[in-house]
Amino acid sequence: MPPSNNTHPYLVIENITKTFGELVALNDISLSVKEGEFVCLLGPSGCGKTTLLRIIAGLEQQNVGKVFQAGEDISRKPPRERDFGIVFQSYALFPNLSAEENIAYGLENRKVPKDEIRTRVAELLELIGLPDVGKKYPAQLSGGQQQRVALARALAPSPGLLLLDEPLSALDARVRISLRIEIKHLQNRLGITTVFVTHDQEEALVMADRIVVMDQGTIEQVGNAEQIYRAPASPFVANFVGMMNFVPAEIGQEPGQINIGSITLEGDLPEGLNPGDPVTLAIRPEEIQLTGLLADASNTCQATVIESEFLGSVNRLTCSLDEDQQTRLLVEVSSNLMKEMEIGPDSKLSLQFPPEIIRVYPGQLANQT
Amino acid sequence: MEYPGDPPLDIKSVQNKSVRQRLGYEDYLRRFFFVLIALGLLTFLIYPIFISLQRSFENEIGEFVGLENYIDYFTSSTTSASLTHSLYISAMSMIITVVLAFIYAYGLSRITIPGKVVLRAIALMPIFMPSLVQALGLIYFFGNNGVFTRLTGINIHIYGPTGIILSEVYYAFPHAFIIIAAALALADARLYEAAESLRTRGSRMFTTITLSGARYGLLSASFVVFTLAITDFGAPKVIGGNYDVLATDIYNQVIGQQNFEMGATISTLLLIPALIAFVLDRIVQRRQVAMVSSGITPMEPKPHQPLVQWGIFAFMILMAAFIISIYAIVVVGAFTQYWPYDLSLTLRNFTFYVAGTQHRGGAFVVLWNSIQMAFWTALLGTILIFFSAYLIDKTRGLTTSRSALYLLSITSLAIPGMVLGLAYIFTFNNPNNPLNFLYGTMAILVISTIVHYYTVPFLTATTALKQIDPEFESISESLNAPFYKTFLRVIVPVSLPAIISIASYLFLNAMVTLSVVVFLFVPGKELASLSVMLLDDAGETAQAMAMSLLIIVVGLLARGLFYLLTRGIERRSQAWTKR
Repeated sequence: MPPSNNTHPYLVIENITKTFGELVALNDISLSVKEGEFVCLLGPSGCGKTTLLRIIAGLEQQNVGKVFQAGEDISRKPPRERDFGIVFQSYALFPNLSAEENIAYGLENRKVPKDEIRTRVAELLELIGLPDVGKKYPAQLSGGQQQRVALARALAPSPGLLLLDEPLSALDARVRISLRIEIKHLQNRLGITTVFVTHDQEEALVMADRIVVMDQGTIEQVGNAEQIYRAPASPFVANFVGMMNFVPAEIGQEPGQINIGSITLEGDLPEGLNPGDPVTLAIRPEEIQLTGLLADASNTCQATVIESEFLGSVNRLTCSLDEDQQTRLLVEVSSNLMKEMEIGPDSKLSLQFPPEIIRVYPGQLANQT
Repeated sequence: MEYPGDPPLDIKSVQNKSVRQRLGYEDYLRRFFFVLIALGLLTFLIYPIFISLQRSFENEIGEFVGLENYIDYFTSSTTSASLTHSLYISAMSMIITVVLAFIYAYGLSRITIPGKVVLRAIALMPIFMPSLVQALGLIYFFGNNGVFTRLTGINIHIYGPTGIILSEVYYAFPHAFIIIAAALALADARLYEAAESLRTRGSRMFTTITLSGARYGLLSASFVVFTLAITDFGAPKVIGGNYDVLATDIYNQVIGQQNFEMGATISTLLLIPALIAFVLDRIVQRRQVAMVSSGITPMEPKPHQPLVQWGIFAFMILMAAFIISIYAIVVVGAFTQYWPYDLSLTLRNFTFYVAGTQHRGGAFVVLWNSIQMAFWTALLGTILIFFSAYLIDKTRGLTTSRSALYLLSITSLAIPGMVLGLAYIFTFNNPNNPLNFLYGTMAILVISTIVHYYTVPFLTATTALKQIDPEFESISESLNAPFYKTFLRVIVPVSLPAIISIASYLFLNAMVTLSVVVFLFVPGKELASLSVMLLDDAGETAQAMAMSLLIIVVGLLARGLFYLLTRGIERRSQAWTKR
């Protein structure tokens, strides 16, 4: 389901900078989130995503910058005057209170009458699909159940904004996969504006309406899953989301030409590059074609398989280019095709690079993966 | 991987800026409590020590005389020996205690020997004894008319350094044992397995893994024993004879000669080594914490070579026998007419005039005073200490004030009881002090005891609080729950075991403390441990023994009660602590 049609920004972050001593955790971050939108902050640990979430909540104070929620400047409001619910990786359920009491905790503070609290708690337990665990203590629940109760507790006072700080990271792989769909459905049903922090790219791709990829305190790219995956705005994004081959190259003499050692390929070059400029090519392993499958055979090089990893439905091959043996490429080939073509170590392959799969970034990367 | 990056931000331009949140009612409340904690510790800890320091630079009419008192101390033959004596006693006690405690702890944690539960319990028993009772017990054994002396004819001249060192070893043993046992428990069995797979000899494993792993524990235990020994007053008072140490010297100067300035001077001299040991211990403990990695595989005890195994076992039995025999002699002494000449049984020792009082109440009146004092210390102390530890640990921001308060809170560990007690006289016996009304009341006894024993419970509370998810506070803020609600409804119930152990610690220590209260003598409210000393001074050793026995019994009963309380709470909270 697409995000709500309401394009009015609900949460606006304006030029936020946060330092911890010499360390710059967030460097002039601006972002706006529409009402009802599910936004993922994605990045490696230490990229500043959690700090940003905590600043939105008011649990950290920014050095510079403003936060607006529903049109109001909340930058100087303490957390308890802000309108949000939050869920942490550690669940942070009160261990000595039952699931019901945990969920009711925030309602009691709003002077809600007792029977209304009871109805609301029952409703929330129903909503998270755990109608029968109300009397149980957190330690008697599984990790996934605990996290759902934590979610219900955050949602109980009907906040305008839901903040999720790596809520699935402490869970088993299987539970994580089922819970991420559940959370997404729940969020859709309630239409609550949600900011979700994760370092797991798959989680972000599956759940988010929009992904904000962050690195070293800056936003690298904002876009939906497709855009982030297909058109990564920087080598960092390209590397962080999905698998990627990085190949050092330089711009050739003719327009549209790229040279990898003695190999010349055609590509869609970004503007502003001159012949001889060093560039880095980013190519997804699964987008590389084996020749013979496409009608024309341009942009093809010969390669030798060095190693083959069986991953179930696909095999991941490590290949070296025959004309430039230092260059190693990962190529993903379906296991069926592998079998059909009898590919194994030392097999010779023709690899084809359609121009649209070659992303060209100016400059050379310091290290090659 | 390095990427061609963005231009670096000019950190300087934003570093000192901050968007400040408006303060709410709760923020003011928290700040208000911070001020209260700071004021309390400044008034009852820092300020008195400062006054005492000041007094050491003055003469009896309050004129500044520079270092004159110190020069007097070091040039007078009657006083100057006490510093060397103190250092000698403490160093010897430290070495002996740590070695004994290490072997004992090693035996319990690493070797397969029978009777571990009993041996562990016995090792902790000296804690229930005020540090002068063991000295009395030693005199009953090794004094000129002691059992040992009379049976063997060998007189080990217990009055003096030998007796003091023996007493301090006895007194400090459980403290060293607890620290070293904890350090040994941190060892990772996988290290030993790795060493074994590399065919390492046993002796090499012992030095490179066991000793090396326990080194911070050993160091920490050393500092603790040193501090206990150098600050102890009871044992040297009873068994020291003419061998003066700093603590007894302060007492003699103040009580005997009414020379308060010299008392303050010596008290400063006592403060210095205590401070040094305190600072070193903090450094070592920080290292120890850094060494603890998560997820160790605990060591299982295993058989050693028979000679080592049974040698250690024999030593442990001897040590346990030593600990128990002092208890036994107290019991015997308490019920005996006139040790060792008339061994007929009597209850007479429990009814006596307390020296300096008008009323005849017997041991039980004095005991009741002590119980009241210990009760209030435990009740008020636990509430104060736990709440302030909570505020200091669980407040968002205010980093500077929180570190300052933390430092203030652990400072009391560095201040010897004698020093604090004397400082209280200087401070609160001054008619110009608005808190002068406290002087000579039960309240000042309770306050001084809480302040003196502040640090250990504070650290216990802090450790317990640190194990609680820090996000509880964020959650309650997001749910708009007042912090005191979360404190009472979640933090306190979850921390109950720690809270009870704090109460237990304060109660037991208040029952046995002597050094803090010796100067704060309150007519009509004599405390049990103090009256042991006064009775011994008056030559009424049998009555002193009877009093000691009562203190021990109350301590053991209290411990039992706290144990039952903990068990009850554990049973009630089982649902949410276990699956």
